[in-house]
Order: sequence, then structure tokens, then C-alpha cells
Amino acid sequence: MAKQQALLTGTGGQGLILAAIMLAEGAVSAGKNVVQTQSYGPEARGGASKAEVIISEETISYPKVMNPDLVLAMSPEAYKKYGLPLDEEAVLIVDSTFVQEVKPRSKNYFALPVTRLTKAEFGSEQSANVVALGVVGAVSGWLSYEDIRQGVLQRAPKGTAERNLAALELGWRLGLEAKAQAGVSGKAELQNAGKG
Amino acid sequence: MFSEIAQYFRTEALPHIWCPGCGIGTVTAAFVRAIKNLQLDQNKVVVVSGIGCSSRMTGYLDFNTLHTTHGRALAFATGLKLARPELDVFVVMGDGDSSAIGGNHLIHAARRNIDITALVINNSIYGMTGGQCSPLTPHDKRATTSPYGNLDRPFDLLDLARAAGATYGARATAYHNQLLTKLLVNAYNNPGFSIVEAISQCPVSYGRRNKFKTPADMVLWQKEHAVTRGELGGEDFLIGDIFKAQAPEFVAGYGKLRERLRGGSADG
Amino acid sequence: MQGNEACAEGALMAGARFFAGYPITPSSEIAELMAEKLPLAGGSFIQMEDEIASMAAVIGASLAGVKALTATSGPGFSLKQENLGYAAATEIPCVVVNVMRGGPSTGLPTSPAQADVMQARWGTHGDHPVIVLSPYSVQECFELAVKSFNFAEEFRVPVILLMDEVIGHLRERVELPDAVEVVDRKKPVVPPDKYYPYENDASMVPAMANFGDGYRHHVTGLIHDITGLPSGKPAVTEKLLGRLNHKLDRYLDRITLYEEVAVEDAELVVFAYGCTARSALEAVNAARGSGLKVGLFRPKTIWPFPVEQLEKLSGKTFLVPEMNCGQLVGEVERVVGRRQVHRLNRFDGELITPDEILLKIQEVMSGVQ
Repeated sequence: MAKQQALLTGTGGQGLILAAIMLAEGAVSAGKNVVQTQSYGPEARGGASKAEVIISEETISYPKVMNPDLVLAMSPEAYKKYGLPLDEEAVLIVDSTFVQEVKPRSKNYFALPVTRLTKAEFGSEQSANVVALGVVGAVSGWLSYEDIRQGVLQRAPKGTAERNLAALELGWRLGLEAKAQAGVSGKAELQNAGKG
Repeated sequence: MFSEIAQYFRTEALPHIWCPGCGIGTVTAAFVRAIKNLQLDQNKVVVVSGIGCSSRMTGYLDFNTLHTTHGRALAFATGLKLARPELDVFVVMGDGDSSAIGGNHLIHAARRNIDITALVINNSIYGMTGGQCSPLTPHDKRATTSPYGNLDRPFDLLDLARAAGATYGARATAYHNQLLTKLLVNAYNNPGFSIVEAISQCPVSYGRRNKFKTPADMVLWQKEHAVTRGELGGEDFLIGDIFKAQAPEFVAGYGKLRERLRGGSADG
Repeated sequence: MQGNEACAEGALMAGARFFAGYPITPSSEIAELMAEKLPLAGGSFIQMEDEIASMAAVIGASLAGVKALTATSGPGFSLKQENLGYAAATEIPCVVVNVMRGGPSTGLPTSPAQADVMQARWGTHGDHPVIVLSPYSVQECFELAVKSFNFAEEFRVPVILLMDEVIGHLRERVELPDAVEVVDRKKPVVPPDKYYPYENDASMVPAMANFGDGYRHHVTGLIHDITGLPSGKPAVTEKLLGRLNHKLDRYLDRITLYEEVAVEDAELVVFAYGCTARSALEAVNAARGSGLKVGLFRPKTIWPFPVEQLEKLSGKTFLVPEMNCGQLVGEVERVVGRRQVHRLNRFDGELITPDEILLKIQEVMSGVQ
């Protein structure tokens, strides 16, 4: 694929813009061209948040995502806006902690309780963004684990590197597990993944 | 005598634009004497002014002089002082300049306690524009925009500056010229934001609308109503040192921050 | 790296050591970075009480000999105008970054627009020179930030780095050089008693003494003669304003920065700047791919307007996409003729897409052929 386009969507405060920046940094460390943009409202917490990443071998001019290859939706509102209209050829990942009602898709669908598992593992919802990034990374297969790890390391706030790397690892494992379960159907809904 | 302070003037820029009887000239002389008494290096003195009659002073003085936009003198001066702390920065403003359009800059210069000496020449009126009332025009007094008497209450500028964090405040008049010089010396010596209010007279735009027949009547009014202590009657006001305080100074604080960061200490 | 970040890095590398600002979306990252980096670089950062004070402090710092900038967005830029005019009149170098957002008024604080193109040129009162640069990538934010300082110092004019929300918040790969060419203001070579602060030589740009360097002089926003002292004489006024408004003329070749893509044989030239140029470039490439003779003219310097460069292309048809109701298009019309120019305007807070431009190209060209 010449150009890979991802939308990471949810609610302000979930850290999706940071996750997108980490993904973009990962692409840079893989030697690819990348642009990352976002749209946001006046609210620092709550309100809709959309972060966009385009990765390409070629120069990227128009910096906004037009036809996403992957959408991560971490709120029902984000799902309705970006997940619902998504083509079945593109990958939809929802955080089933928040997004419970989803229109059936025949393929390319992953529902994972990202935030719930984050809380179970780390005691708080913080780092759910990086867990989600791990899922996106593993499911998409666009970048290697090591490249995304570099992205996380570069952008993790001071003193949080260890926790964020653990979060990335959890997400990556979840993503692989989901992918394995999905098999040819390309669909997986995991409830208690990531524990093994 | 002018000759003793002539070296601080751009004599080629004279005569000045001020009206006969105006107090700004005598205040200017008191200001220049303060700099002379302090024996400051003329090349390191910066005088910044805003817009108005009093702000024209900078054009006549032989220092580094900056005649800025209306109300903004303190903001320009803040940039200058922070960029080059070794300069001695004075700011000259009028009452409208400092308390109306520039009121925000006044309180924030005071809040930062930045090492600047501000001289506010208060003639109770916007003189240059023809006699409109200012935030320092006394209640009930007449101006072209308060033809039936001023309904507003005036600021006490020194109270305002003190409340905002200034560390030295003083008041004198055009009449109390030697005192004014002394207070300006005190103000310069205070390592923080200092403000000196000089009550002055505007016979043309204020005096003739407010029952002062001659400029001399206005100067006499200053003499009679200036009080150094005790009870204040109707139009009386205090002169002399009004307040002194101690507080961290902004530019020095920034210098320390810079030093700490560049010193490479562990917590930097 | 983000556009705002690249702008801050460029300013630092150009020698900026003073920032005064006031928080405003979508430019605040520049202030935040400067607050962090300037004290480390031996410079100063100050958050002023308002936008007006920020502009004033920047001018004060520059007069003290320190390269200074502020950053703002539409409404804040409006507030800075009076002092921006002061800097133009007194010829004090300074850089103002305006990361444009949707207007008028508070408008769309978090959405992109190219709303201040005319404000950047004509926002303050009176006639005055100004240079306005418009980057279209993160790399260019860095490069044009450096240029902004160099132009400001060399020509003693305020320079406006006119970014937009898309470019300011865009992250993409940049390559920062280890060093850049840095230009410093011309200082007086005569002794203080022979120094006239506004006396110009053939360069039209007077030598500038910093306050505190022994060259005591007067700086005023009033019309002034070569001594710096105010004068209301018609001859003095004419001389000063004449010089001010023509001092950039002889340097236009160097000041006018632009990029041309496939314009030689183009029948239609898309004229686009800033974020819009990214969409335009993609549309032009797509149009070429389908055999249409289309090119791109992308001014990096939008003021002074690239008159000569466009004159060379007159005869061709132009399409000017802008994220406003039509601002710079008027200048294109003035140069190449109104009938030659088509517009495409979007002002809903969303970036113009390549498809929109391509569609318009096809529509215009079907009419042309």
C-alpha cells in the first residue's frame, strides 16, 4: 500500500493525540514519511477528539485523512461519526469498554475492552491510549514493534517510560491475540484477552 | 538654574511645546536633577514615555529616549529592562496615559515589581487632546467631557500601585520641586517597581474650567492642600514617601533562573 | 516535529533571545517552547498581561539589541496592530508569528483559515512596509522563521510569519541543520556625535544603535527627521514616508521567495500558499497525471506581493484556492487581469481538499479549451 491512513478517535483527555504522535514518531524511526494532525474542541477533557496519521513511502502533501485504512474508536460518539460509515475493507477497532453497540460487519472488526484491561492491569485508566496504540500497531502490521517502541520512548512524558512500554506490550499482545482469533474471518471480540 | 542641568537636555529640540504656566517643565527639571544627583551614566539611562503632554518630555532629554504609543510605555520599558537589565529605566506618563489606557500595564508592572522607576505627572486632565476628563479628574470637576461636573470617582493611583505590588510609592507636586527630586532619588534606589506621582497644573485645559484664574492660583492650591501628615481636609492630599515594601524583583529573579538552568544543576 | 515547534527552533537558531506573548490558540505551543528554552539559551521569556503589551515588550527588547519575537493568532494579531505600526515607523526589527484561525472575532479558535492575509498587510494605519512569509510545511516553518529574523534585521522592518492552524499543528519529518546563515542589523560606524539614527545611505536602511551602547538618540512614532526628533514639516514627512515605503524595492529579488511547479507549459496555474498549497500540489499532480496542462505557483513571500513573478505568467489562466472569502486573489487579479482568474474559497474551518481543487481545475479547463 502506498499510503496508510489512520484515525484515532474518542474523547478529549484519553490521550489519543499523544498516541497518534507516538505512532508518527514510530513511522519516522522506520524511515517513512508521515504527517500527523488533529482536530479538537475547546474542552481539554471530554468533547470529541480526532487524531490523524498518514504514513507513506512517498511525499505527503494533503495532510488530512480522506479514506482511512484504520479507525480506532474509543467512545460511542466517535464510533458513530467515524466507525459507522467506515468501509468494510478498512479495519475498525473499538474499545468495547465504551462502545457496546456496533452495526454488524462481515470483516475487519476488532472489539477489545482496552480501557477495562488497562485498569485491571495498571490500576488506573491512564495509559489506555498506549495500550490502544499497541493494538493498532499489532493489528495493522504497518510498523514493527521496535519502531513503535521507539515512538513511545520518544514521546512518553518524563518518568512514565516504563509504564508506557508495559502498556504498549499489553496492547501489542492483545492485538496479536485478536488477530489470531480472527483468522480468516478478520473479526474478533475479546472479553478477557491479554491475561495470558 | 538651567545651566547646571543643561547637559541633560537636547537644547536643539527646544523650545518645548508646553503652554505658559504648565507644570510639566518644572517637573522635568526636578526629574533631571534627580538623575544628576544620582550621577547616573547618561548612556545607560533610558527614559520611556507614552502619549500626551507629559510624554513629550523624552524628546527634550539627552538620554536613550523612547516615545511610545498611548498607554504602553511600561510595556515597552518591561521588554527593554528584561532584555538589558544593566540599563536604568525610567518611565514618564500622564494621568490618562498611566491610569486609563495604560492601567493594565501599571498594575502588572507593579505586580512583577520590575526594577523600573515610573513618574506619573498628574494634571487631572487630558491636556493634549483639549481637556477631557481622566480617571484622575476629581469628582465634580469640569472637563470638556464632563461639562456638568465629573460623575466618576478618581483613582488614588498610589493606593492602586501598592495594592498591585509596587514596593515604593511617593507623591509631590510641581510646587514641591526639591521634594520631588528627593523622592525620585528614593524611587530609583528602591530595587523594584517604584512610582512617584507629581501633582501638576494644566491652566489651559483644567484650570480655566475649574475656577483657577491664573497658573499661580493652581500652584498655590498645590502648596495649600499638600499635607505631610495628620488629618486630610476636603481637597488635601499626602506628599512625601507614601509607602515602602520589600518583594522579589522580576528581572533579578529571571537572572537567577537563567543562572540555575545554565549552571547545569541537577534539578535544572 | 510540529509546525509551531519548528518555528520556535528556527527563531532560536536565528538568534532570537527574547519572547513576549499572551496565550492564544492555536499558537500557544510557540510560547510554551520559548518559556522552556529561552532561559536555557541565555535569553528571556515573559508572559505579558495582554497582546498589546507583548508587542510593546518585543519592540523594547529589540531596541535594547536583542532579537525578539511574539506569537499570536487572529484576534491577538488585531490587538498588536498599533504597536506593529510603531515598529514599522521607527524601523525596529521584530518578528510576529500569526498562526491563523477562523474569524472574524473569536470565530473558530481551533480551526484553520487563511483569514489574516490582508490584515497582515494593512492591519495598522498609514502606509508602511512589511514582509509577510507563509510556510506550507513544518520544514518551511523552520526555514522561514530564520528568514523572518534575517529580513527583519537587514531591512529594519517588522516581519510577519503567517502560519495557519494546519501547519502550526501539523507534525511531519524535518531536517534541522546544525547552523544557519544569520544576519544582524547594521550598526553605526561613526562616533556618537556624528550619528543620525535615521540618516540613510544608498542602502535605504539606516544603521541602528542599540539603547545603552553610547549612541543616545530619540525614538518616536511621530514623523521624525534624521535626528529622530519629531517634525511635522511636509518635506520631512514626505522624505521619511517615501523612504519607508520604498526601502524594500531594491531588495525584492531577494525578499520574494516562491516555488513554481510545472508552470512553463501550463495553461492553468494554481496560485496557492500555506496549508492550501498542500492540497493544490496534490491536485496539480493528479491533473498532470490525467494529461491536463496545470502548474502551481506557490508564494512563500506573500507581501511584498510577487508582482513581477506573476507578470511573467500573465496570459495564463489562474485558479486561486483560499481558506477565506477571497483575499489574496484580489492581488492576483490586479496583476494578471480579473478575467483570467478563478476563485475557490472555503471558510467552514475544514482544509480544502485536493479533490475540490481538481474538480475546479477540470471545470475551469473545460471552459478554457
